Amino acid sequence: MPKTGVLIETENGGVKAINYGLLTAAMGNKENEVIAFITQNDAAEAKDDLAAYGVSKVVQLKVGSGDINSSPDLCARALAAAVEEFELDHIAGLATAPGRDIFGRLGAILDVPLVSDIQSIDYGAETAVKSHFSGKTMATVKLEGSPVVFTVRPNAVDPVENPVDAETAEFNADVADGPKVTVKEVKASQQDKMELTEAPVIITGGRPIGAPDNYKMLDECAEVLGAAVGASRASVDAGFAPHSMQVGQTGKTVSPNLYIACGVSGAVQHFAGMKTSKVIVAINNDKDAPIFEKCDYGIIGDMFEVVPVLTEVLKASEEK
Amino acid sequence: MQVYVCAKHVPDTAANIKIKGENDYDTTGLKFVVNPYDEYGLEEAVRLVEKAGKGEVVIVTVGPAQAANTMRSALAMGAARGILVKSDDKFLDSRTAARALKAAIEKDGSPDMIFTGKTSVDTEGSQTPYRVAREFDFPVANEISALEIQDGKATAEREIGGGAREVLEMSTPCVIGATKGLNEPRYPKFPDIMKAKKKEIKEFELADLGIDAPASDGAPVKLEPVPERSGAKIMQGGSVRESVEELVKTLKDSKVL
Ligand SMILES: Cc1cc2nc3c(=O)[nH]c(=O)nc-3n(C[C@H](O)[C@H](O)[C@H](O)COP(=O)(O)OP(=O)(O)OC[C@H]3O[C@@H](n4cnc5c(N)ncnc54)[C@H](O)[C@@H]3O)c2cc1C
Repeated sequence: MPKTGVLIETENGGVKAINYGLLTAAMGNKENEVIAFITQNDAAEAKDDLAAYGVSKVVQLKVGSGDINSSPDLCARALAAAVEEFELDHIAGLATAPGRDIFGRLGAILDVPLVSDIQSIDYGAETAVKSHFSGKTMATVKLEGSPVVFTVRPNAVDPVENPVDAETAEFNADVADGPKVTVKEVKASQQDKMELTEAPVIITGGRPIGAPDNYKMLDECAEVLGAAVGASRASVDAGFAPHSMQVGQTGKTVSPNLYIACGVSGAVQHFAGMKTSKVIVAINNDKDAPIFEKCDYGIIGDMFEVVPVLTEVLKASEEK
Repeated sequence: MQVYVCAKHVPDTAANIKIKGENDYDTTGLKFVVNPYDEYGLEEAVRLVEKAGKGEVVIVTVGPAQAANTMRSALAMGAARGILVKSDDKFLDSRTAARALKAAIEKDGSPDMIFTGKTSVDTEGSQTPYRVAREFDFPVANEISALEIQDGKATAEREIGGGAREVLEMSTPCVIGATKGLNEPRYPKFPDIMKAKKKEIKEFELADLGIDAPASDGAPVKLEPVPERSGAKIMQGGSVRESVEELVKTLKDSKVL
């Protein structure tokens, strides 16, 4: 059975939920054995969560006496060594900021093709599907190289449970010497915000939000929805939201189950970042707004009236 | 201060992509621009040389002969000259592109810094900075939105999610993949555009740089338009509350909520 290695992302001691879709993509139609690599947490603690999604081996990845998390170079080198040690046919990660960085380095170290940010994979046909031209076209690309290296767009593949028995192991790669880049500091976010690209639901406010404080209205709704809050570029450029909240071609690319756009006109550049959302809802006071032509559900109305009612109705339906 | 900027000739993101055959697209009448992320790298490079008061910025592009026109707009933004490595392969694989960039730069001079963009908006590969760095054995940092260079050391910041930022440290020369936030690229003024017309663009064939065949075939097997949604189902409540209730019910019935 071919072997797929997967780099797991953890947070506050636990496995992040976005890993499960990645594991489903890694396994294919149960055609690959999946080996998970953990750098930040205890492999033993993550074992049960990962085994529920088909991981048969959870490996604690280390770099000799060095700290693997002190440099993305070290992590990439350790993964490259693991490819050889575990005879991996494929190696995969998430197309998140850390994942993109480590896998970019890994593809270069191994000098094999890297297929970034895929939305689906077919091991039989040896192809994957990914976006080209800022979300305007889908490209089916060949999986080439040994190993095959790819990253998967968060939330693009629906997780499917597949409980198996898992064991833990440790792999200490002897690569600690002289990383070229070191992490000097991690500056925490001003507010403790959910990362947009990982959120299952997103509610976005466009330019008519009018002031930074008005995002509170969306924060309240987001809290009930378990959502992250996004912004359009027009709103970011007007100074109403930080760039880290921007969705679109020059912001973040997101694929949530539900995307609610409030006061967003529906520019191509905005759609480039959210058109692979499963369901798109627009709230806009102009019945002729272009966004209504390219979304699933719409409410014609003033967002400052509609959103508070939405929050209320959602709260009431949860209490039931 | 000898600074190289790897800039790609890509279709304008606002342009419509007309698919041709199974896996190609039509470039007739298609507007091409400097890859928007590379412009942030270019602006940073120009500022660096301006601050140093000496040196030059050189644009390096791998692309078709028409890329020379695109390079003129990069030259108008303050680069001194350009190098075009000619390739008509619209999907040239990124390993070959990186090797060509390295060979072209090395033939020209000795880089103190190399800039590029975090990704190209055509094939969205997000790997050229890493591969160019590997070819040179330089440090690399990508998706950089703040940068400081001093005494042979670069300190670069990137967003890592939820607004948190990672600060990376490395020695120079290094490769920086730029993104929005790093700076505001300048709009060239008319005299700059006129001057750019006279700036030198050296041309090479891939074979001149010792590259005879691509490392692998980067072309997709299939290219398809992303289907647009057919239009919203508008919630028809008599009041805001009724519309919202209908929406919530619809989302719950279809298991979205
Ligand atoms: C190279 C390039 C890159 C770009 N990248 C991005 C990007 O990454 N992300 C992005 O978003 N944009 C991007 N843009 C900009 C994009 O073209 C649009 O200008 C932008 O998305 C518009 O933002 P908006 O919809 O918030 O504002 P507007 O275009 O001003 O639209 C506001 C909408 O809200 C409606 N409205 C007004 N008041 C209310 C109210 N009270 N209640 C409900 N609805 C109301 C209006 O009817 C209108 O439809 C880019 C542009 C370029 C050229």
